[in-house]
Amino acid sequence: MALLAADGIDARYGDVRAVTGVSLSLAEGELLALVGANGAGKSTLLRVLAGAHRPFAGTVAFRGEDVTGLRDFERARRGIALVPEGRRLFASLTVRENLLVGAGSRRTGRWNVGSVTEALPMLAPLLDRNASQLSGGQQQAVAIGRALMSNPEVLLLDEVSLGLAPIVIDELYASLAAVRDGGLGVVLVEQDLDRTLAVADRIVCMLEGEPVLEGTPASLSREAITDAYFGHVAAPAGGGAGGPGTAGDDAGAGNGGAAWWS
Amino acid sequence: MVVVNALVQGILLGGVFAMAALGLSIAFGILRVVNLAHGEIMTVGAYIAAIALSRFGVSVWVSLLVAVPLLGLAGYWVQRAMLQRALRIGELAPLLVTFGIAIIIPNVLIELFTTNKQAIPTGGLAVSSISLVEGVNVGVLPLITMAVAVALIAATQLYLSKTRNGRYMRAAADDWETLRLMGVDHRRVYALAMAMAFGIAALAGVFFGMRQGGVTPYDGQLAVLFAFEAVIIGGLGSLWGTLAGGIVLGVSQTLAGVVSPELPLLVGNLVFLAVLMFRPTGIVQSKVAV
Amino acid sequence: MAELVPGHVRVDRLRRRMIATQIVGAVVILLLALAPYVFVPAVTSQWIKLFYLITLATVWNLLAGYAGMVSVGQQAYIGLGAYGIFVFNDLGVNPYAGALVASVAIGVIAFGLSFVAFRLRGGYFAIGTWVIAEAVRQVVVRFDSLGAGRGRSIADYTEDPVMRNLFTYWLALGILAATLIATLFLLRSRMGVALQSIRDNEVAARALGIHVGRAKRIVFVIAGIGAGLAGSVISLQQLGVQSPNQIFSVSFSAFMVFMVLIGGIGTIEGPIVGAVVYYVMDLYFSQMGLWYTSARWACGTSRCSVCWRSS
Repeated sequence: MALLAADGIDARYGDVRAVTGVSLSLAEGELLALVGANGAGKSTLLRVLAGAHRPFAGTVAFRGEDVTGLRDFERARRGIALVPEGRRLFASLTVRENLLVGAGSRRTGRWNVGSVTEALPMLAPLLDRNASQLSGGQQQAVAIGRALMSNPEVLLLDEVSLGLAPIVIDELYASLAAVRDGGLGVVLVEQDLDRTLAVADRIVCMLEGEPVLEGTPASLSREAITDAYFGHVAAPAGGGAGGPGTAGDDAGAGNGGAAWWS
Repeated sequence: MVVVNALVQGILLGGVFAMAALGLSIAFGILRVVNLAHGEIMTVGAYIAAIALSRFGVSVWVSLLVAVPLLGLAGYWVQRAMLQRALRIGELAPLLVTFGIAIIIPNVLIELFTTNKQAIPTGGLAVSSISLVEGVNVGVLPLITMAVAVALIAATQLYLSKTRNGRYMRAAADDWETLRLMGVDHRRVYALAMAMAFGIAALAGVFFGMRQGGVTPYDGQLAVLFAFEAVIIGGLGSLWGTLAGGIVLGVSQTLAGVVSPELPLLVGNLVFLAVLMFRPTGIVQSKVAV
Repeated sequence: MAELVPGHVRVDRLRRRMIATQIVGAVVILLLALAPYVFVPAVTSQWIKLFYLITLATVWNLLAGYAGMVSVGQQAYIGLGAYGIFVFNDLGVNPYAGALVASVAIGVIAFGLSFVAFRLRGGYFAIGTWVIAEAVRQVVVRFDSLGAGRGRSIADYTEDPVMRNLFTYWLALGILAATLIATLFLLRSRMGVALQSIRDNEVAARALGIHVGRAKRIVFVIAGIGAGLAGSVISLQQLGVQSPNQIFSVSFSAFMVFMVLIGGIGTIEGPIVGAVVYYVMDLYFSQMGLWYTSARWACGTSRCSVCWRSS
């Protein structure tokens, strides 16, 4: 049985389709990466999985149980944690307090302030610092640590490396490898293809709200992925699928071209 | 000596204003709701004390044990059932809901208890005083009020910084959507904060009533303005600022009273408007964002 | 040309409807102006209240519905309008002309007060306007010549009660017409577009280069003048001010909020409908007291949630 399974997800912002007919499943201990250009619907899909965005159609199942009707805080209590895009730290709280609020779902497990600081060593000297005084990389580490505090079974990571220096990203990815044990399933949204290929067990490439390519890093050639990324194969990049748009505006997606393989 | 006396009385008067301001400050700091009915909640608290005394012979202090939890519950309910919905519509909708409550409550009170002043006798407390020096007497009741105000502010500060729910409240003020992702239902947190605000308002109302020897249905209008002025003078978002703001307001009123007995309210308002004009961030800079 | 561009047709139709509405409105006002020749004064003087209610509702709607400023302190200007009659009457100005002169003075005062009020926004703006209204009342009652805390009656007034009623009627109607025309004009102008963008998103409006402060200030002053004129009418009708607490009462703001919410906030016709509903309810149900007030408010609040969501 899959840890987390989405079936036929359709998500919209008003009349704009952001995600169309996505089905995917995540096994225990697996790291699934969602890649795709800006506006491909990745972030929206993560928000649907976390319960922060109500899908127009489709179901989400967690350990075989239908959780589509559960709201975001109820899903967090089941063990689905989302690290939101833009980190969204509580700016007036200290790092320690941010971590403590992260334990709001009151799930027990190996993660507490001590073990999180061990796994993310850059946090150790910052615990009593105000969250608003941190650099981008430090903020991202807090956001990940805060999500771990809920002792999740599924960790949804949105744009971990966005706007960060490469050296900081290296550190974060190193920590990420360290926290992945005990069957934690991870869904990672990432723009950086090289890093994704290095860490992912499986990759789903999305284009204009639909999955266009799926496979293990070994089974996919780079060309296949970049073609899928930009939609070169059948649907020439048009509309929102092409160039570097503004970050995080998945709502602009979904001109809804027919999938090339169907 | 008259001026010194007025100064001392003004500082103590600030205690009751600070207490009134605290609840307003909590509601705004955490929920971004300006509760226009804050004064009416205080009035209801005072009415509970007055009625408990006149109908059941319960002392004011015992009636607090009823008034505070009762209005706390009311605050929880008002938030869950009315304000939470209004918040979804927009920023101005909750304001109008509380304005509605502010208009309805005096009408209900008049219907139930007429417009007569309901006495809140405190035994000898209101008249007993301690003489500091010749010409400067400090009332026992104002002293108690001030002590309670300081204790309340300190307790609120501690609660917000040290307890789990306090942390949730501050986090909800920052970003309630993300708080939900942490497995916390922000509506419950909001309702708890409103319960706190209402409970403190009830307490402040009883002290306000004790000071005035009683309560009328219209006292809330005055009280909400005092509370609001103390919040703004002290500086938005600062808990200890409410105490400073209350004291500034109290001192300006008593000093004006030395000049003419008709002046206190006007001068208090003018001081408020002057602070707003020349120091809009208030006199105390906020450290803890509440 | 028109057949080729469907949007053009719609605009054309909208404009035609608008012109029709304006013609109907002008005719109604003209008929109302002639009404005293048909009905006895006892009937028409009853309508004065309706006229100033519509005026009050319209200007409050302009403030809250279009510029996003919820004020609960408009009673400041109502009171000033009422007392302005005395001030200029004592200087030898006829009370009716005094109402107009006072409105200019009130405009200046509102302009000055806007600098204080605009330090606050949202909910605190609301309660700030309330404090300002209290302060204005407390200043006014300091003047013995204005009757101090006791209120005052108009000293130098037209002798004939029938003529008095007539003049007040026409003044109230004229003020109402002027308010409606000014509102239409304002909303149709570039300012109207600017205002709506401010209400929807003040930060974005600022980024688009709209002079947010200026637009809001103009509305604030107009709303003050409108409320002041309504206050003058109240004073003229009651032959003075019975008590400063009554003319400066926050319940005036409550009435305004109620009328606008029940009619539909952010629309031109909403306040008119709301004022008529309120007027009729007040005429027939006011003796029911509390339950009437409560039901009224519940009604208004639920109405508000409906229209706010749709706007």
